[in-house]
Amino acid sequence: MPMDGGIGASTKRREDVRFLTGAGNYTDDINVNGQAYVAFLRSDVAHGKIKSVDTSDAAGMPGVIRIFTGADFEGIGGLPCGWQVTDRHGEPMQEPAHPVLAQGKVRHVGDPIAAVVAETLEQAKDAAEAIEVDLEELPAVVDMKAALVDGAVKVHDDLTSNLCYDWGFVEENRDAVDQAIKSAAHVTTLELRNQRLVANPMEPRVAIGDFNRATGESTLYTTSQNPHVIRLLMGAFVLGIPEHKLRVVAPDVGGGFGSKIFHYAEEAFCTFAAKAINRPVKWTASRSEAFLSDAQGRDHVTKIELALDADNNFTAIRTETYANMGAYLSTFAPSVPTWLHGTLMAGNYKTPVIYVNVKAVFTNTVPVDAYRGAGRPEATFQLERVIDKAARELGVDPIALRRQNFVTEFPYATPVAVEYDTGDYNGTMDALERMIDRDGFAARRAASEAKGKLRGLGINCYIEACGIAPSQLVGQLGARAGLYESATVRVNATGGIVVMTGSHSHGQGHETTFPQVIAEMIGIDASMVEIEHGDTQNTPMGMGTYGSRSIAVGGSAMVRAAEKIIAKAKKIAAHLMEAAEADVELKDGQFSVAGTDKSVAWGDVCLAAYVPHNYPLEEIEPGLEETAFYDPSNFTYPAGAYSCEVEVDPETGKVEICSFAAADDFGNIINPMIVDGQVHGGIGQGIGQALLENCVYDDQGQLLSASFMDYAMPRADDVPFYEVDHSSRTPCTHNPLGVKGCGEAGAIGSPPSVVNAVIDALQSGGHDVDHIDMPVSPSRVWAAMNNA
Amino acid sequence: MYAFDFERPSTVADAVAALSAEDAQALSGGQTLIPTLKQRLASPSKLVSLGGIAELQGITSDGDAVTIGAGTTHAAVAADGSIPALSALAGNIGDPAVRNRGTIGGSLANNDPAACYPSAALGLGATIVTNAREIVADDFFQGLFTTALDEGEIITAVRFPKPQAANYQKFEQPASRFALVGVFVAKGADGVRVAVTGASEDGVFRWSEAEAALGSNFSAGALDGMAPPADGMISDLHGSAAYRANLVGVMTRRAVAAAG
Repeated sequence: MPMDGGIGASTKRREDVRFLTGAGNYTDDINVNGQAYVAFLRSDVAHGKIKSVDTSDAAGMPGVIRIFTGADFEGIGGLPCGWQVTDRHGEPMQEPAHPVLAQGKVRHVGDPIAAVVAETLEQAKDAAEAIEVDLEELPAVVDMKAALVDGAVKVHDDLTSNLCYDWGFVEENRDAVDQAIKSAAHVTTLELRNQRLVANPMEPRVAIGDFNRATGESTLYTTSQNPHVIRLLMGAFVLGIPEHKLRVVAPDVGGGFGSKIFHYAEEAFCTFAAKAINRPVKWTASRSEAFLSDAQGRDHVTKIELALDADNNFTAIRTETYANMGAYLSTFAPSVPTWLHGTLMAGNYKTPVIYVNVKAVFTNTVPVDAYRGAGRPEATFQLERVIDKAARELGVDPIALRRQNFVTEFPYATPVAVEYDTGDYNGTMDALERMIDRDGFAARRAASEAKGKLRGLGINCYIEACGIAPSQLVGQLGARAGLYESATVRVNATGGIVVMTGSHSHGQGHETTFPQVIAEMIGIDASMVEIEHGDTQNTPMGMGTYGSRSIAVGGSAMVRAAEKIIAKAKKIAAHLMEAAEADVELKDGQFSVAGTDKSVAWGDVCLAAYVPHNYPLEEIEPGLEETAFYDPSNFTYPAGAYSCEVEVDPETGKVEICSFAAADDFGNIINPMIVDGQVHGGIGQGIGQALLENCVYDDQGQLLSASFMDYAMPRADDVPFYEVDHSSRTPCTHNPLGVKGCGEAGAIGSPPSVVNAVIDALQSGGHDVDHIDMPVSPSRVWAAMNNA
Repeated sequence: MYAFDFERPSTVADAVAALSAEDAQALSGGQTLIPTLKQRLASPSKLVSLGGIAELQGITSDGDAVTIGAGTTHAAVAADGSIPALSALAGNIGDPAVRNRGTIGGSLANNDPAACYPSAALGLGATIVTNAREIVADDFFQGLFTTALDEGEIITAVRFPKPQAANYQKFEQPASRFALVGVFVAKGADGVRVAVTGASEDGVFRWSEAEAALGSNFSAGALDGMAPPADGMISDLHGSAAYRANLVGVMTRRAVAAAG
């Protein structure tokens, strides 16, 4: 039985009170006195040479304060890329310039050409429409393979081609993999596309720049998952503002899913323009702008080969992937198809040799970067689909084939550079099998067939590397940043605690879970602990929230800081009780001396720290505030087994999800209810990818799915009630909480089981279909069934 | 949104007068027009709201026919039940917000090729009543977003004959949940009518082969294996022309089976 409000308790989310009663403080809720509004004139063609931009008519329109074009940003840094990938030949990736406003060329629909700052938003929009742009339209590069042929039109004229990098991993394994595939008893091959997605957080992006002429300080309010990262990138690489003159505030943020990690042009623009015109400048994206300017996700085209020996042991995996970067390199784009994808190609299986080739390609489309799971869903999807296909080809049970090849001994060093510290893949598969009544499936299938439907059962496993990440390792892999996390624990004089964390909550529930940890450690009520995050002015330098890292890395930093607090508090308590420090125990918010009836309350010790009349000033300083930075020694490796059961209507091709079960191993869990919610949300997004969502450009680079009229987001009635099980737990071996992180698992683990189930259903109906690309929409299922 | 003048007359006559201004636009429930304005895709000089006109409201049932005021919301039609198939159709348009604002007159005048109502009007053989005349549904719909309405002409009511049996089956486009294909089947005194929305490049249409087959045998079996030709069907992100043609056959059979 967990302590009330402590670790393991399903405490209700305290932040929901303000979110659900309209009392949240989102960036668009912030209005700075005297603010002006910006409207961006965005390119409506995918590729073109800017011959001239005439702002003379627009500049004279009512309310216009100033119009900016690319020329205003000459000599100012472009948007930086935070990760450099080294290619197969030891050469750095090709890295194009990314100006804040387009210079010389536009490279995707939505690329900002000019920005009008005016007294009102409507005036700014009116003037933006009056700007005359003389644009010479160029052929658009949209298809990745076509982009790489000799003589293809180049997205960036100063690069040698549209190839960002050609990455081999692990290059030394290449020949061994080729050999293993040549000599295999069986090779299963699958070609697929992991389609492009639009993140679509409920809250579109917002940026407000403010410049204080008196102090020379700039403030940026922005919808960010990592305000410190934005401060560093924008200050150091774009605008040349030192950290002590730049404050970045990311208040309540309405969902990010990765798309709010990156540093965007609009943030730099508003900060720059506010100083230039000496007025605060506000931008709020419309949903249409979000479709054209938020970094998008996925978009891989892959061929995977799985080699097996005569006993169905996996002997080698070889993959070739084309990864779409879009028109520019978004902040962490190069890392997604490489270090967040190639390193996971071993999955849950002991395949001895693996070779991953990734060609990253520039196209005239919106930039692509991390989206919930980021690289790991792409790895999981191809691997779990090809295993399913192999099982079918070999006529073996898909669960048995997986179990036979599971990694069972830990730590396990994969052939793709990472070491799994712990896990129990049979344990999660057992948990899954307990949920899904596999024995009853034949009867359920018969019942479906009796009403003219086809029924399928799909299974898959997943593993992910999260708790991102050891700084030294990612530094070797090309990261231009550290990936530690920080926390300051400030104990107030009357015992209440404020934790200032570099993690950022934009839906994850940190304000509830982080206090649970402190409450457990000290033995006080969680209501005595408050979490502050999102403002660089009052939080220590932290790297923010993504990669399921907050509790594993940020939580660990908080534990380290709290340990320092407790150690100091024990010194004070020892002094107050006139006892030896080593004899002091802390339990239920009381310090006591073992074997005596001496005790002193938490609050009395805190008061003594700030009113140090009776205090060991010669040994320790007054006050009770500690900061810790925590850099993990390894990734964490959540893993699990998922299943999906579907019914397919053979007349229309419509797929209905009948049930979905998820068994995850997240190690220790702070708040089971919040973990369930994270898994539910992740599966919802995974089902969205599997069945509904599709970001599509035509061959001119026009976005066809540019609104919710054509981009299908999952709705409540598209998803089933989920069955989730988190009872199989192998605590992480290298962080103090033994936690692994749960934010991305659902999105990583769910798409393959949905598609596996659909294929199983079609096969049961006698249809020789072994793959359908996502989204497995009604029209695609019908076309596959009818060879149409 | 661009600036515009706004009038809210209380009679049809005043509305017609207000609409005589150049580039004036009638506003009913606004479920298409307002988003269009917000995206700056339309710039009317004046919006003439029809929301304050009492004579456009209400549903009356008189023996053989049901007359619905043009300003009646989808929610009101859904709650009415005089023609169950029509109410069921109205109750599945959009979401509750759309159903509580959107009106039958606005939907028919807009004639979106994927809207539900045009198939009901055409399938039931309705008569569209305007401030100037009466137009039978067969003459009213003239292609994508195109109707027989003249400039400044306002729909005041829609008169539906009560069918002996009717049903509407919608296969939803996954994103918008408009009809990827919607089929309204009605059996009445003058025979069987099958009206299809969502599918054709020419907007709502009657599937005459199906009507003929059902005329002699009103059963799903009468349409076994039948589908209209794929030529002229819409082909887009959400489905090919061949897929839509297939869905017309499937949805028609299901509508007939459900109509009983």
